[in-house]
Amino acid sequence: MKRTLAAAVLAGLGGLTAAAQTAPEILERLKALEEKVQALESEVRALKSRVEPPTAITVSTEPQPRSAEPLPSPSGREGVGALPYYGSATASTKIFNPDMAAIGTFRGAAGSAGPRGTPALEMPEAEVALQAIVDPYARADFFLSFGESGVELEEGFLTFSALPGGFQFKAGKMRAAFGKVNTFHSHALPWVDRPLVTQNLLAGEEGINDAGLSLSRSIPMPGQIFLEATGQLYRGDSGDLFRSQRRSNVGAVGRLRGYRDLSESTNLDLGFSYARGHSALGLAEARAVAARPSLSGITRLYGVDATLRWKPLRRAIYRSFLARSELVWGQAELGGATARPLGYYVSGEYQLARRWHFGGRFDRSERLDLMPLRDTAGSILLTFRPSEFSQIRGQLRRARYGERFTANEFLFQFQFSIGAHGAHPF
Amino acid sequence: MANGFRKTGWLSVWLLLAGTPSLAAEAKKPNVVTTTEDLAALAREVGGDLVSVEAIARGYQDPHFVEPKPSFLLRLQKADLLVLVGLQLEIGWLHALIQQCRNPRIQPGAGGYVDVSSSAEILEVMTTPVTRAMGDVHPLGNPHYWLDPENGRRIAKTVEQKLAQLRPADAASFAKRFGEFDRRLAEAEKRWEQKMAPFRGRQVVTYHRSWPNFVKRFGLVVVDYVEPQPGIPPTPRHTLALIARMKREDIKVILVEPYFDLRTPQSIARQTGAEVVVLLPSVGGVKEVKDYFQLFDYNINLLAGILARVK
Repeated sequence: MKRTLAAAVLAGLGGLTAAAQTAPEILERLKALEEKVQALESEVRALKSRVEPPTAITVSTEPQPRSAEPLPSPSGREGVGALPYYGSATASTKIFNPDMAAIGTFRGAAGSAGPRGTPALEMPEAEVALQAIVDPYARADFFLSFGESGVELEEGFLTFSALPGGFQFKAGKMRAAFGKVNTFHSHALPWVDRPLVTQNLLAGEEGINDAGLSLSRSIPMPGQIFLEATGQLYRGDSGDLFRSQRRSNVGAVGRLRGYRDLSESTNLDLGFSYARGHSALGLAEARAVAARPSLSGITRLYGVDATLRWKPLRRAIYRSFLARSELVWGQAELGGATARPLGYYVSGEYQLARRWHFGGRFDRSERLDLMPLRDTAGSILLTFRPSEFSQIRGQLRRARYGERFTANEFLFQFQFSIGAHGAHPF
Repeated sequence: MANGFRKTGWLSVWLLLAGTPSLAAEAKKPNVVTTTEDLAALAREVGGDLVSVEAIARGYQDPHFVEPKPSFLLRLQKADLLVLVGLQLEIGWLHALIQQCRNPRIQPGAGGYVDVSSSAEILEVMTTPVTRAMGDVHPLGNPHYWLDPENGRRIAKTVEQKLAQLRPADAASFAKRFGEFDRRLAEAEKRWEQKMAPFRGRQVVTYHRSWPNFVKRFGLVVVDYVEPQPGIPPTPRHTLALIARMKREDIKVILVEPYFDLRTPQSIARQTGAEVVVLLPSVGGVKEVKDYFQLFDYNINLLAGILARVK
């Protein structure tokens, strides 16, 4: 059958030149075509076997030949790295797809609401993460936030992670390296809400998050101390904190972070941060600044953060403790006067069992305006993590706001992620 | 104001440029960083005094859940080779460290990034669609493959080849050391197999799926797990079913890794008359287990003793 088919094809295609060819040449071509047909048949067989639907969950336990020589890499496994394996016929076409994950956050609240009260039930965010290596020089990370009011690029940046001299350079939209909480996405927070100091002084839920450039370097230090300096330049637009009216109104953020292991189980992380940008003023304030050119309308923020972690390695999946505090001091020129608000939080989280965490937080923060209003709150939290990929959290929060009223709230949250396994938070 | 900004700016520039370049100084000895102590032990076998070897995870901690601490970045910054287990064992922490370590030599795809799973015999490779309803599965295969000495040999060979590429002048020394390791391992394998031979076909229960390569090599049969699914803590329903099965099939040994809580295994053991054995998946699991040979000596002596006793 194969020979007949090949002969027919040959006769059809080669008819015009047959007269000019000798019998041995024709036979040689026939043989070559036959080999091609056989090769195509084996390819078709291979493709068919790959598209056959799976019938049951199976694992391969077939022994492979024992040899001191390393085995060749199984097809499709080498170079896959951390990418998920799909186990289907189309796996090979997905190899260069980025790592993809979607993280959903569902939130609810009950009790008396404060000035920034959240709805009884809401789906404030579904975050989609796309992450991959771009080429031998850089990687890219995109985090898209799908909220009830639309889609937003929460972060999207290119990282040159292996520059000479220990430098790392980023370009794109990113959360500024100011303190700890500002760098956390909502799903990575150890609480349902963000602390008051973030709400009042660091642009609220969005935080200092802007388009810009970032250069960081780890500085060699004696005594196993990790020291990292980061300098960032931003366009100058971040929520209601910074506003850029012209190209020269850029913002700047600097951070110095030091880390040291105190023992195998305990470590200390300290940071000093600075941010500067043009105030996001209301119209009245803007006019006042225009009338008095000596006032630049600059807002400066200074931050100190400290984190103490304890995790005994032998029981690392059952016990841990984390204590963290951040203090932020601001200096904002607002329409002819200067506001100097101060805010901080102190929090702790203890892991009771493999899936249970108990925590508390104390908040106090003034507001970034001329009114001497100060908010104070205390929270206790309980978190249950059925697996690495989901968690249920409850938070009781009592807040005393500057307007002299008290809000008692119960906040709860369901979080769940699908897709690529992300890095464990640290 | 502008003056203050300038001062802060200069301070930032100084901080960014301060110190000697962290990667400029090429160390005389190649720096090998491994993710686990087992890989470190194998790298020391072939590298000897000619290389400097450090591990990230300790032998007594769960290698799935290592914290990506900045102190590890200090090690990775000066690494010439990063040797990893792969198969997503380190997925929760290693890539975060690699991204931040600023060392081009060990980035994925670079010559210093050595995933030794590509040279080993891998079991439990999922060949059908995978979902997390199966627990925290490793679709690319079970990552505890170093627990077959044959895979230890293959890992050592891979490291030897990488070291030879890195330091061609010392290639002969690395090859000689590998040859010596291979010879000693072959002798030890005979000893271990002899010791385990009377127990071929014996059924055991393990806490986690850490032992497929080990039991396959030494002829044991794992019939069930304390975890209902990989990475999922024991549930009462599964524990009761496991107790019933162990009684029915007269299974008398439960193998547990040193980083898991012993309460559930001990409770099962009390009700079934079984023995709980804390077996070491890694070098360094206890103080006296300092190299790859001692790991198998410890596990096999312990296991053979228990299996002989419980019949």
